[in-house]
Parts: sequence; structure tokens; C-alpha cells
Amino acid sequence: MSTATKKENKQTRPARGGQATLVEAIRQGIWEEMESDPKVFVIGEDVGAYGGAFKVTDGLIDEFGEGRVIDTPISEAAIVGAACGAALMGMKPVAEFQFIDFISAGFDMLTNYAAKCRYRWGAGLQAVFRGPCGGGVHSGPFHSLNAEAFFMNTAGLKMVEPSTAYDAKGLIKAAIRDPDPVLFFEHKKLYRLPRLREELPEDDYIVPIGKARTRREGRDLSIITFGAMTLTALDAAEELEKEGLDVEVIDLRTLAPLDKQAILDSVRKTSRVMVLHEASRTGGIGGEIAATIAEEAFEWLDAPVVRVASIDTPVPYSPPLEEYYMPQTKDVLDAARRLAAY
Amino acid sequence: MKKQRKQSQGNGKGATVAAAADAPAEKLSCTSETTLTPEQMLELYRYLKLTRMVEERLVNLYRQTKVVGGVFRSLGQEATAVGTAYALGPQDFVSPLIRDLGAVLVKGIRPREIFAQYMAKAWGPSGGRDLNIHFGNMEKGFIGPISHLGDMIPVMTGVVLGARMQQKDTAALVYIGDGGMSTGAFHEGLNFAAVQKLPLIVVGEYNHYAYSTPTRLQTAVENLADKAAGYGIPGHIVDGNDIVACYEVARRALEYARGGGGAVLIEAKTYRRKGHAEHDDQRYVPEGEIDWWEKNNDPIDRYERFLLKRGVATQEKLEAVAADIQREIDEDVAWAESSPMPEPEQAAHNVFDNSIVPPAFRPKVLES
Repeated sequence: MSTATKKENKQTRPARGGQATLVEAIRQGIWEEMESDPKVFVIGEDVGAYGGAFKVTDGLIDEFGEGRVIDTPISEAAIVGAACGAALMGMKPVAEFQFIDFISAGFDMLTNYAAKCRYRWGAGLQAVFRGPCGGGVHSGPFHSLNAEAFFMNTAGLKMVEPSTAYDAKGLIKAAIRDPDPVLFFEHKKLYRLPRLREELPEDDYIVPIGKARTRREGRDLSIITFGAMTLTALDAAEELEKEGLDVEVIDLRTLAPLDKQAILDSVRKTSRVMVLHEASRTGGIGGEIAATIAEEAFEWLDAPVVRVASIDTPVPYSPPLEEYYMPQTKDVLDAARRLAAY
Repeated sequence: MKKQRKQSQGNGKGATVAAAADAPAEKLSCTSETTLTPEQMLELYRYLKLTRMVEERLVNLYRQTKVVGGVFRSLGQEATAVGTAYALGPQDFVSPLIRDLGAVLVKGIRPREIFAQYMAKAWGPSGGRDLNIHFGNMEKGFIGPISHLGDMIPVMTGVVLGARMQQKDTAALVYIGDGGMSTGAFHEGLNFAAVQKLPLIVVGEYNHYAYSTPTRLQTAVENLADKAAGYGIPGHIVDGNDIVACYEVARRALEYARGGGGAVLIEAKTYRRKGHAEHDDQRYVPEGEIDWWEKNNDPIDRYERFLLKRGVATQEKLEAVAADIQREIDEDVAWAESSPMPEPEQAAHNVFDNSIVPPAFRPKVLES
């Protein structure tokens, strides 16, 4: 470990609660779970001495040792497979993908082994698979992925993506304690965003998997979203308020299983719905949400459900291209105005 | 045609003998160097014979359409799975491939579970959710495979990793074929096990065909064991149709692995006498090849010769063992046949812990 890296590292135990960014909240959550349960361990590439590409696991190796913080070869299939095997033996792995883009290299193990184990022979796998997702930071086609749609059609995997520090800590703890495999997506743009710094409770808490959160109450239209797009939605809602539009923002927090009740409740309240996500539009989670609304709340709608999502291309690198690729606040404003006027 | 046959036999140990003459000068038996006691030898015989007889019965049930999925035989290569798995202790884990039914039986899974599973019955260990030996029993140290070849190597690496974290003296044995060794998961799993010096024994079964593809189209190495060098681990070659040798090589590998040596690759040279599954007509196999192996290198014939010559058993004793197995199989088939089929709505249960998935299509949507 170089001196420069050492300076950057936070090797000491994180505070219990207190002011925290999203990355710090996740680190606190993993740390506390490892302290309270000797079966919890971390496995992934560069998660040990280096502390992970985004320092989520920083300092864990000093506290818990190489036996519980395992640096692996560059082998995503082995990371997922070994996590599954260890979980069969009663361990509780927290496996890291260095970038969520690399989940594709572990796809077979996740969708065929992890997802189907309980259903096939009753062997539930208590395992978390986490990693940084999302674009907007000029990382190009291979470090910007939002992977949820790849897994929406696979029964047996839960999926979570927080948009606040509080939720991040509560959800990572809930994921580690969940008896089934959980994919935990962390939008890298949110990791150290000063705006997300908030005071976390000192006491142990979890945020239940499967529950959305109403981030902003409104009467006129609903924006159903999650992850970094929640901030875009909130920014847009503030703008629209000045125009007399009262916007509700639902942060899904859990993508599988979807909190259908929260979605339908909001639809019945506002009757106008926009689904907003950062992954490409075609085959994205927005289609599933729109279909659910069409099937179960059709008669409550005053306008067609609108999907605002990235265009159907790989994530481009250059800032003007990437900005064009993914939904911006102005896109949400335009869509909301048209939706309100329908 | 004859030349072709000899070429394709050129890789196996038994085949080397075949290349010299049409039949070995002396009928093949098993290695005499063994630590097995006479009691163990007889137990080993029972498992070997049981494996073949269970599979023969499965074929009957398949022809009667009582087995709704495919039947995958290990005919001619049963000794590899039975012999190597017999070296495991009760605290150890095994993960077989479809052609390693013998290892499942050695680990204490009863034939009735296999029959019920093949017949898709409610009393089968997966309740009709999955096929053949795709299930597991953690108490007995058996973790069934999935169809994706190679995937069990990283999973079993995790099993021994998890065991080591809990300070358990647990080793694992996992099977792979000459075809499955071409997968990325095999490489990633074995590499990780080697790096971590985990007690994982990988048995690579050289049975000449992966479905229809001959081994020369799977790999450019002469011996599968040569691949061990790429992982910095020991590689051993064993005559996979010599059950005693299979046991001994696995026993020594387990000793080495448990002693801190880490992962070991064992290559068992054997031969798949049946097709990929019962439907496969084996048109890709050179004429005479299967017959040669059946006549000259059958693992049960070889072991029977060994037992008789060594005076461990008489012909009458061997026949008595077979009759006893037959009784057990009849009983277990009757049990499996008496099981109901699963209740249809069971399909919706337990994707997650205690979950029930709602029906995919809801008429009520259109009714309201």
C-alpha cells in the first residue's frame, strides 16, 4: 500500500451513526454487521488492503483480518460461486463487484445458481452481491451500468438501490440479514455527494426490503423512480412547484420484489404517472411498472403512463454525449408539463 | 474403421493395451496395492453394483414413460465416482455431475430418493421442482449439480472456504468432465481454490465424449491432469475403471489437501458406453469401440475378478449382494411409485423464504 493511498484511507472504525455520506453509511452498515455476527464476511477484488475501488470496505481488513476480508483473483464467477458455497455452509457473504458492469461475468452463477437454489431444493442462500452502478461520471460503456433490468426476469434475486445515506445503511443491514440473495446497487455518483450527508441514528436500525418511500407528497402527478434519479425527480418537483404543479416522488428503494402497493396508492392519488430511470428505456424496469399500473389501476389514470429513461445505446463517455444519453432535469420537466396538460 | 477406433482409444490407459492387440493379454483386474479392508471392499462392491442396477431400473422406468425427463447413464465409468467418493469422510462434501450417481449413493442418498426425483414425484427431495440428482442434502454432505457445467467448482470452493472460516475439518470432492473442463467457471473456481490452498479435490473424468464431441475437440492437452500445472497444484492420472486405484488416489489426495497442501486435480481415464442420454443413438462413435470397452474394460467385471482372485468374496457371495440390491430397488421403486405427483400450486411456493408468487395471469383484471 502506497503512502498516498494510506493518507486517503480511513482505517479506523467508523462512528456509530453521526454525519455520514452514502459511502460512509454503507461502510458503517457492513462494519456493524461484521462486528455483531462472526458469520458475515467480505469477498471481492481489491477489497482488502486497498479497501475497494470506492473504499466501501476500507479498514475492514485491519479490524477483521484476511480470514474475513478476502481478496480474490479477477474472477467474478468464482466470487459469486464461492459466496454461494460459503452461504450453503451457513456463512453470510457480502460480495463486491468492483463495478456493477462486471456482474455480467458472474451472471450465470447469479441467475442459475444463487437465484434457483432455494426453489430447487430448499437451500436458501443468505448472500449480498453489491457494487457501484450508474453513469453521469464520464466512465464510459463499461463502468456506468445500471443492471437491474438484466435480473428483473429472474425469480429468486432481490434487488435494492438506496438514494439516501439513511436508507443505504438500513438497507445494507437488511440485505445482510435477509435469508435470500440480494443484489445491492450503489450509485457511484451518490457515494460522496455532499448533498446526501445526513445525521444517522446511533442505534441499530434496518430499512425493510420491499418497501418504497414517498420522498415528496403531491396531488398532481407521481414520479416513480429510484437511485440517483430520485434527486433529479426532487429537483424537477421543486421547479414544478413554482409553476403550481404539486408533484409526488416515490423512491422505490427495492426493485425486486416491487412495492406494488406504494406504486398503486400513488397512482390512485394523482392519476398521472411518470416512471423515471437511468437504464435504457427499452426493456427497462419502467415497462414493468407501467404494465402493472395499466393492469391494476387503469381506471384511475387520466393520462398514459410516461417513461423517462436513457436512450437505447451503450453509455457514452464524452460529457456532451453522456448528458444527451441520460435523463436530465429538463427532460423530466418537459415530460411532467406534457403529462399535466394531457 | 479399425484404425479410427484405435486412434480414439489412444488416450485411455485401457486403450493403450488395446492398441497393442485387440484384447489385453491378461484380463484386467484392479491394483493390488490397497489399504482397503475386506469389509470395505465388499461395501465398495455393493455401491458399484447398486449404481449400475439403479440406472438399469431407471432405464426401464423411462421406457415405461414413468420417468418424464432424460436418463443419463454412467455405464462403464461407475468405478470413478464410487471409488473416489468412498474416500470421503462423513464431514466432507461431494458435488457430482450427472454421470456420478455412484458418488451420491456412497454419500448415503437412498435409491428411493433418486427414483422419486426422476419420476417428478412430490416425495422426491426437490418435490418435483428439479430433475435427477439436481438436489442436495447438507447433513449428508451432498450438493447436487446444476446443468451449467463448471459451476460447481466455484461453489465447492466456497463450501470449503466457508468450512475453513468455521474451523471445520471439511474437504470437498467435485467432479468435472473432459467437456466441462473447457468452461470459464471451472478455471475461475479451481484457480481460486489453488490460490487459497483450499482442500478441494477436482476429479476430471476423461470419458472420451462430451455429448458427441470427442475430447480432442475440447482440449489440446494430452492428459487432463496436465492442466494442473497451470494452477500450481498436483495433478494425478488414475485408471478410472480400476475402483481400487480410484479410491487410493482420492484417499491420498484428501490426505494431502487436509494437511494444508490445498487443491488437487485427479484425472480418471474411463469410457462412456452409453450416449449423452437415453435418446442419443451414438452415431458419432466408431464401430466396435463400445464393444471393446464392454468386453475388455468393464469396471464391475474387473472388480469382481479382483475380489474373487483375492478371496474376498465367492461368486455366490457376489450374487447374494446383487439379489439383496434387487430387493432394495424393488422396494424403493414401489415407494416412489406410490408417491403422488406434486400439487400444481406448489409451483408458486418458496422462490424466496416462505414466499408465494401470485399467478402470472389474473382474470380479475379483465373482470372489473
